[in-house]
Amino acid sequence: MSSKTLTLYEKLWDSHVVTEPPGEPALLYIDRHLIHEGTSPQAFAGLRAAGRKVRRPDLTFAVMDHSVPTTDRTLPILDKDATAQFVALERNCRETGVRLFDMNSRNQGIVHIIGPELGITQPGQTIVCGDSHTSTHGAFGTLAFGIGTSEVEHVLATQCLVQSRSKTLHVVVNGKRPNGVVAKDLILAIIGKIGISGGTGHVIEYGGQAIRALSMDGRMTICNMTIEGGARAGMVAPDEITFAYLEGRPFVPRGKAFQEAVDRWRQLVSDPGAKFDMTVELDAKEVAPQVTWGTNPGMVTSVTSRVPDPSAFTATDDQKATERALQYMGLRAGTPIVDITLDRVFIGSCTNSRLDDLRAAAQIVAGKHVARNIKQALVVPGSRVVKAQAEKEGLDQIFRDAGFEWRDAGCSMCIGMNADVLPPHERCASTSNRNFEGRQGKDGRTHLVSPIMAAAAAIAGHFVDVRELGVSEAE
Amino acid sequence: MQPFSRHTGLVAPIDRVNVDTDQMVPKQFLKALTRQGFGRILFYDWRYLPGEKPNPDFVLNFPRYRGASVLLARANFGCGSSREHAPWGILDYGFRVIIAPSYADIFYNNCFKNGILPVTLPEEQVEELFRGTEKEEGYTVTADLPNQMVSDLHGLRFPFEMNPFRKEILLKGLDDIGVSLQNEPAITEFEKRAHPSATMFEPVDVKISTPVP
Repeated sequence: MSSKTLTLYEKLWDSHVVTEPPGEPALLYIDRHLIHEGTSPQAFAGLRAAGRKVRRPDLTFAVMDHSVPTTDRTLPILDKDATAQFVALERNCRETGVRLFDMNSRNQGIVHIIGPELGITQPGQTIVCGDSHTSTHGAFGTLAFGIGTSEVEHVLATQCLVQSRSKTLHVVVNGKRPNGVVAKDLILAIIGKIGISGGTGHVIEYGGQAIRALSMDGRMTICNMTIEGGARAGMVAPDEITFAYLEGRPFVPRGKAFQEAVDRWRQLVSDPGAKFDMTVELDAKEVAPQVTWGTNPGMVTSVTSRVPDPSAFTATDDQKATERALQYMGLRAGTPIVDITLDRVFIGSCTNSRLDDLRAAAQIVAGKHVARNIKQALVVPGSRVVKAQAEKEGLDQIFRDAGFEWRDAGCSMCIGMNADVLPPHERCASTSNRNFEGRQGKDGRTHLVSPIMAAAAAIAGHFVDVRELGVSEAE
Repeated sequence: MQPFSRHTGLVAPIDRVNVDTDQMVPKQFLKALTRQGFGRILFYDWRYLPGEKPNPDFVLNFPRYRGASVLLARANFGCGSSREHAPWGILDYGFRVIIAPSYADIFYNNCFKNGILPVTLPEEQVEELFRGTEKEEGYTVTADLPNQMVSDLHGLRFPFEMNPFRKEILLKGLDDIGVSLQNEPAITEFEKRAHPSATMFEPVDVKISTPVP
C-alpha cells in the first residue's frame, strides 16, 4: 500500500508508463487506438514509407464517420474526395488487419459514440484518436485525448506516445440541476467560467453531486467538450452507473471476469485528500439553459440574458473579439437571447446524439411541428445502434411527424464534411461542440445549445427558456 | 523531419486571439490523402474572396508581408480541432517560426512533429514585436533555438523557454517514432506485464477481422 494520495489521472498515468527517464517525457502505453478516414491516411502513408508495421492491429479500431453521407447509403457517393478517403481507409485496414466499421456496418457511427457503445472504451484505459473530441471517453475513467496525424502514426508503429505529465484541474459541480438544465448546459457554463484556454496544460477531473447524478450519456457530453475549455482530457471516476452501462456490451468481459474487472475499476478514484493543481467549483442550481452568441464556445450566456456589448469587457482583446464575433454572427448587442430567430436546427454530433439526447428532444417536439421560419431541422443519430434503438422506441416517427429529417449516423453538420452544410449567413441552433467561424459551413452562424433547447427552438422558431416547458429527467 | 536550429525571417502579425485550426485549414480541405499543398489554402476563408481572389483586407495578403516566415500571433493560438493539416499548411506556406503568448496543447505538439518552432513569449514582449511589425516595413527577427533567443536588428533580445527533449528533437530533426522504437524491449515487457487485449465477447458487424497476436 502506497501512503501517497493520488488523483485518478495520476493513477491512470502511473499504470501506463513504459519508460520515464528522469527529466524526459514518458513513453506511455496506449490501450485503444481509434482511427477514422479524416486524419489517418497520411499516418498510414508515413508508416508504409518507413517500412513499419502496425504494432497492435487488435487494439486499433477504425470507423468511417467524418465524411459519410447521412442520406441513403445504397446510392453512389458523388463526392470523389470523400470516396478516396473511404477507399484509403479500407485499404489501410485490410493491409494491416485493423478492424473496420465501414459505413454499411450495423455498428457504424461517430467514433466517440461507438467506442463506449460497443464497450471498446473501458475504465482505466488510455485511449487516443486523431480527433480532439476523444476526451469524450474520459467519462468512463479513462485517460483519453486527441492527437495529430504524426502521433497517429507513432501509435500505429509503437502502441505508445511520448507524453509529459499534465497538471490537474478539479471541476466540482455541486447541487442539483433544475429541470430543463442538462449536461450540455453544465459544460457550457463551465467553459464560460474558465474560458476556452482555462484548461490548457491540464487534465480535468469532474466531480460533485451534479456530475454523479448524470447518466453515462450526460457524462460523455461533459467530457466531450473538455477540449473546448483547452484541456486535452477530461474524466469522471467510474461508479455503479458506469458499471451498469458497460455490462453486456460486446467488448466487455462477462460473468466472473466482469466482476473482477469491476473490482479493479472501483480503485479508479482520486484518493481522499489527493492534490489538484487547481480547483473550480460551480453550483448546478445557479446554472440556467445556455446559448452561445459568439464564435467560440466560451462566448456563452444564459437564455434569459442578452447578447453582450463589446464595451462590457475590460480587456481590449476581448472587446475586439466580441465586436468581430457579433459582426460575424449578425447580432446586435443587447438583443435578448430569446429574440434570436433561427433558420436551421441540428441535433447530432459526438456531443449530443446519444439515446438520452434524442429521447429528451423527442419529448419536446412530440405532437408539435417545427416553426415556419425553420428551413431545415435535422436529427442525426450518433450511431446506427442509437438509430435502431430510437426507431424501436418510435422516436423517428415523433421527429418526422414534427417536421424533422431523420438521418443516418455520422458527424454531419457538426463539421460539414459531407453534404450537410449550413448555408452562408443562416443561423443554426446546434447541439454540436464548436461555433467557430465557418465550422458548420462558410459564413454559417452557429449557436451551441442542448438537445432540448435545439428541439424547443425548432418548434418556436427562436430560443426559449426550456425550464418553462416542464421537461423532466433529461440528461 | 527538417531540423531546426536558427531562422531569420520577415514577421507577419495575426492580431487576433484564439485563432482556431478551423480557420487555418477549413473542413473542405480535410479530405486530402497527403500532407502536401496546404500552404495555398492556409487561412482560406480569411485569405480569399469568392473565386479565390485574394482578400486585400487580410494581413497575409498585404504586399509588405509577402515572403514572411515568422508568424506573430496572439494568445491560445491553434485552439480547437487536432487537425495536423494546420501546421502542415503553416509550414508549406513558408513559416518556420511562430511566436505567441500561448498555444493550445494539441497544436503546439503538432508543430514539433513538423519542424516548426513555436516560441512562447510573455504578452508584453509579443506586444513589442507587434509594434515592431507596425513601425517598420520589412521587420525581421531571428529565432535561435540553441541559445533560446529571439532577437531583432535593433538590439531586442528576448530569451524563451523550451523543453530540452523537444529542443533536441527539433535541433536534430529526429524521427521520434525511431527514437521510441529503441524502447522496443520495454514496450514488449510492458505488454507482457499488462497484457492489453481487446477481446470481443459478442459479434459485431466489422468488415475486417483482426488477427490475434
